[in-house]
Amino acid sequence: MSGWEVGLLDDTAIKLLGGVVIILIMASAAAWILKSRLGATGTITNLTQRINAWWLMAAVIGAVLAAGETVTIVLFLLLSLLALREFITISPTTRGDHKVLVWLVFIIPAVHYWFMWEHWYGMFSVFIPVYAFLFLPARNALAGQTKGFLQRSATIQWALMVCVYAISHTPALLQLPVAMEVGREAAEGSPPGSGGATGAHLLLFLLIVVQGSDVLQYIWGKSLGRHPIAPKVSPNKTWEGFIGGVLSATALGAALWWLTPFTPLAAAALALLSCVMGFAGGLVMSAIKRDRGIKDFGAAIPGHGGIMDRLDSLCFAAPVFFHAVRFFYT
Amino acid sequence: MSFAKRGLARAITGFAGAQVITQNADTEPELPPQAIYYANHSSHLDFLTIWAALPDELQKRARPIAAKDYWGSGIRKSMAEKVFNAYLVDRHGSSSTRQRASDSGVSPKGQIQGMTEVLDQGDSLIIFPEGTRGDGESIATFRGGLYRLAEHNPQIPVVPVTLVNVGRILPKGEVIPVPHLSKVVFCEPIRVQPGEDQGSFLTRARAVLIGCLTDHQANFDGEGDNNRENDGAAPPNTENSIQEPEA
Repeated sequence: MSGWEVGLLDDTAIKLLGGVVIILIMASAAAWILKSRLGATGTITNLTQRINAWWLMAAVIGAVLAAGETVTIVLFLLLSLLALREFITISPTTRGDHKVLVWLVFIIPAVHYWFMWEHWYGMFSVFIPVYAFLFLPARNALAGQTKGFLQRSATIQWALMVCVYAISHTPALLQLPVAMEVGREAAEGSPPGSGGATGAHLLLFLLIVVQGSDVLQYIWGKSLGRHPIAPKVSPNKTWEGFIGGVLSATALGAALWWLTPFTPLAAAALALLSCVMGFAGGLVMSAIKRDRGIKDFGAAIPGHGGIMDRLDSLCFAAPVFFHAVRFFYT
Repeated sequence: MSFAKRGLARAITGFAGAQVITQNADTEPELPPQAIYYANHSSHLDFLTIWAALPDELQKRARPIAAKDYWGSGIRKSMAEKVFNAYLVDRHGSSSTRQRASDSGVSPKGQIQGMTEVLDQGDSLIIFPEGTRGDGESIATFRGGLYRLAEHNPQIPVVPVTLVNVGRILPKGEVIPVPHLSKVVFCEPIRVQPGEDQGSFLTRARAVLIGCLTDHQANFDGEGDNNRENDGAAPPNTENSIQEPEA
């Protein structure tokens, strides 16, 4: 490979992003044709909004990867905080929880992402599930409100798990290539950016497969969907959408094997795993929204809803993809 | 300066995740050039949020009423007066429990007079007729000042503003604000009807906020029923009314 690089992006990644741009141009053109044929109905306006948001999201990901690992980590910290804000807004917390919420929002995510930035794998993996999970309920018990204590503590821990811990495994992919090359122990404390272009390839592979799976499930579901999987949770999730979407996104993952250190078969297996996890994430978040009586987590991304509405599948896919790659390839 | 103010306003609405909407649709409201804005009160952030939610032109001429005991000294005072153009009032004259219990709605005459002068100059007012911060779910009985102001110049529309969830960002007694998503809902203006007395006007004005708050809390909701036990004046528990949408 001839080597010029911008931050974490090399010519391979640029080609891939070029492919994404071509697909988005085709999507925008298709939406434009639909609009001129059928007029601006609600569905088509929503479709256009969604595609415009995809343009923005693709541009942001490309820009932060070009700026390097530190900036990418800061972006995901910001996304975690926005997701956390949406999550605690719909959570049954009370005034008694306020001091714990201050820790939850202002201190713990920053410390967790800092451990990741340090490439300190041990603390990155245990800080939230061990230290934060034991500290938060203890702090809340000190505040003295006992009514609904278990429910409130569990909700706060879940918010942290999903919005911060799970999402953070996406930028953590950037450092995996170091462990692949020099071994897990030598990778501890390696400088930010040392994962190089291979790290960016892993991240783009996961994002394209998981988000592509969402889009493909939507398309298959809209065109062929008949039999809902869990009608009480989400009438829009059908067997036809699930099977069609996951299989086509798996094929997409296999077709992207050249981007990764994986063989085509391994790329397909990892893509399948990520898509199934992504589906589970979407289903779980739908159940939460149903329970709280809301349609979307927020309105941060026009056409899509809130940050959590877009990241629901990634929340479940990223940690599992991260650990599968770490287990088999380092 | 106005550029800095606009930035500050963006920062406040951004932090509060504030969606500025009208009562019945999620569209941006059209507001009259001059108005008496009144809102439910549960946080020190309330007047900042309404101030920040107003369009630039109206913001310049809007004067929030703020309590002198909190905003009246040091850096808070200079912020309140220089940045937000607040009109500071001394509420100790009128907040004794006896007056609140008797619902006589007494406010020191001089203060209401000062506020009517603000209106006469063509400025808008932002006031919190509960007089003190509540728990964010119930709305206390209104005091009389709102009626006097509305009556002073019936040409000026009285615009109900419902603040949803701002009280969870910075509840009473807390120092550090925690971001939540919130809403600033501008409702249809009301006016004093000919011959309408103070009691019925205030009841009507309060009912607008209660209805709007109930509608919008259903969308994102903190239960907060832990606080209800010692709050006899609280409205019926809205939590149970949130049904699963059986689509």
